[in-house]
Amino acid sequence: MTDRELISPAAGGSPAIIEADGGSARALPPSRPSRRKSLWGIRLEILLLAGPAVLVFLAFVILPVVMAGYYGFFRWQGYGIPTDFVGLQNYLTIIQDPDFHEALWHNIVIVVLSLVLQAPIAIGLALLLNRRMKGQSVIRVLIFVPYVISEVVVGTGWGLMLQSRGAVNAFLENIGLGAFTQDWISNPDIAIWTLMGILVWKYVGFAVIIILAGLQGIPNELFEAAAIDGASYWQIQRRITLPLLGPTLRIWAFLSIIGALQLFDLVYIIWGQYIASTAGTSTMATYMVSNGRNAGNFGYGNAVAVVMFIISLGVALAYQRIVLRRDTAGALTGRSKR
Amino acid sequence: MTTTTAPRGLRRSSDLPWGNPLVYLIAALVITAMLGPIVYIIIGGFRTNSQITVDPAGWPDPWNIANYLDVLGGGIFWRQVLNSTITAAATTLGVLALSLAASYVIARYRFRGAGALYVLFASGLMFPLTVAITPLYIVVRNLGLMNSLGGVIVPQIAFGLAQAVIILVPFLRAIPDEIEEAASIDGAGRLAFFWRMVVPLSLPGVITVGILVFINSWNSYLLPLFILNNEASFTLPLGVQAFSSQYSVDTAKVLAFTSLSMLPALVFFSVFERRIVGGLTGAVKG
Repeated sequence: MTDRELISPAAGGSPAIIEADGGSARALPPSRPSRRKSLWGIRLEILLLAGPAVLVFLAFVILPVVMAGYYGFFRWQGYGIPTDFVGLQNYLTIIQDPDFHEALWHNIVIVVLSLVLQAPIAIGLALLLNRRMKGQSVIRVLIFVPYVISEVVVGTGWGLMLQSRGAVNAFLENIGLGAFTQDWISNPDIAIWTLMGILVWKYVGFAVIIILAGLQGIPNELFEAAAIDGASYWQIQRRITLPLLGPTLRIWAFLSIIGALQLFDLVYIIWGQYIASTAGTSTMATYMVSNGRNAGNFGYGNAVAVVMFIISLGVALAYQRIVLRRDTAGALTGRSKR
Repeated sequence: MTTTTAPRGLRRSSDLPWGNPLVYLIAALVITAMLGPIVYIIIGGFRTNSQITVDPAGWPDPWNIANYLDVLGGGIFWRQVLNSTITAAATTLGVLALSLAASYVIARYRFRGAGALYVLFASGLMFPLTVAITPLYIVVRNLGLMNSLGGVIVPQIAFGLAQAVIILVPFLRAIPDEIEEAASIDGAGRLAFFWRMVVPLSLPGVITVGILVFINSWNSYLLPLFILNNEASFTLPLGVQAFSSQYSVDTAKVLAFTSLSMLPALVFFSVFERRIVGGLTGAVKG
């Protein structure tokens, strides 16, 4: 799921085109004299090439979201045409449901902890791996492996290891730390931290890779100049590297926040829909699935989807306006043309 | 947007100096933490249930390949591998075909609406699958595609387009106009130019998109969970989950099944690791 969000920073490429095409109707640049096709021929080409993609995109990406907005106003079991119009009743129920409040709160905790836990680890690892050393490309690849493995494998594996009689507790006992054994999954005081541990394990490699890419964007001359001026390694990292990593870190944080708001797979696989709410790891998405489709209340499920969409969109827009506006124009803020 | 070519930082390490030993120690610890659970799953499959019950964190003694042979000998695993392969391959082909054509229009045709078209696809990033899943399920059901791989493939293609278009458009725009002029002087139409020049020249971008889409599809869980309810149509992630609840007492076999199911992704990753790591960083940096 996260991969889709990875790319959003690049989305800022748009303003250039909007300006370039400037509203004039010329279909071809004058610099191509040999092209003497009719306007209709070109329109046909455009239709032929872009049509299928637009059609599929509208039908399966945009239409469902619009439909969710419509179905959200009905009490509807998912069969036939919805007739039982209930107005804003579904939304009122969502706003008043303590289970939803809990799920939303868990999402907020996960968003914050993902940033707080992953950023220092990822920055530290990236600085470490950015040093010239033997085997660095192998290390980079190995750190990235958990990110490539499917959520189901990660969830199944960790789920087995974290059982009260699982490998993690046994390992702790074997090395003499038996006092630290826990009921990692079902103890509500710990479960959310267990989840965070797994999330960090799976996604920190991605943060490291992004930050390494950002580090490579910093000109070497800056480090050399600082070294000539007598700056120590740590001074260079603090005064030069970290400030210049700002844009990279802000983009990574954006991706992490959006991903955390949509979190579903790992929670659903390890905790399932029932244990998730008693163990305190339910998220908006697991709430949506268990109270929507699994309960047969499709109208309600769609309303939850709309609420999730609005929250995610609101967070994304606010983040772009407040945090990312400081970064250079055209990086990510392009869409909100200022 | 600075389009830095992706796999820049991965320099050959043979000519690098040995550095501080502490750095290697930390790196070794981190790698142990990252790979430990994966190694545990693989090794655990070589143990028996009684071994696991006695010491869940122990080493296989003796090594026992019955679990792996069982899984490999049964039809379930292979059918799921087949389903996953068909789904991932079809999704990848579909995304590449549709997004290349659309990106070509956006990048190289100057007409009113090219910008709007780009914004339309880019906006797809704001519509994650998680949010759309409930109504999407209804769309797929109304199309009669429940329990068929097509019902997973087509929506996955749609949701892969945003990322693909965003990666591909800069590649296509970077092709110099002179090449297109030369082609048209030689009498090639735009469509011929598309096949003969554009596709080969944008190959790095195409490969990056292809790998990302393939791995995404291979790992995808939520959409198949909604669409595929019939065991014959399960893909590997659903299969792993079903297997682990069906054989919940047979931990060793579950571990064997799980490690076999991640093997294809791991092999795929080790073959294309530079492209994947480079592609992600390149895509993120824009």
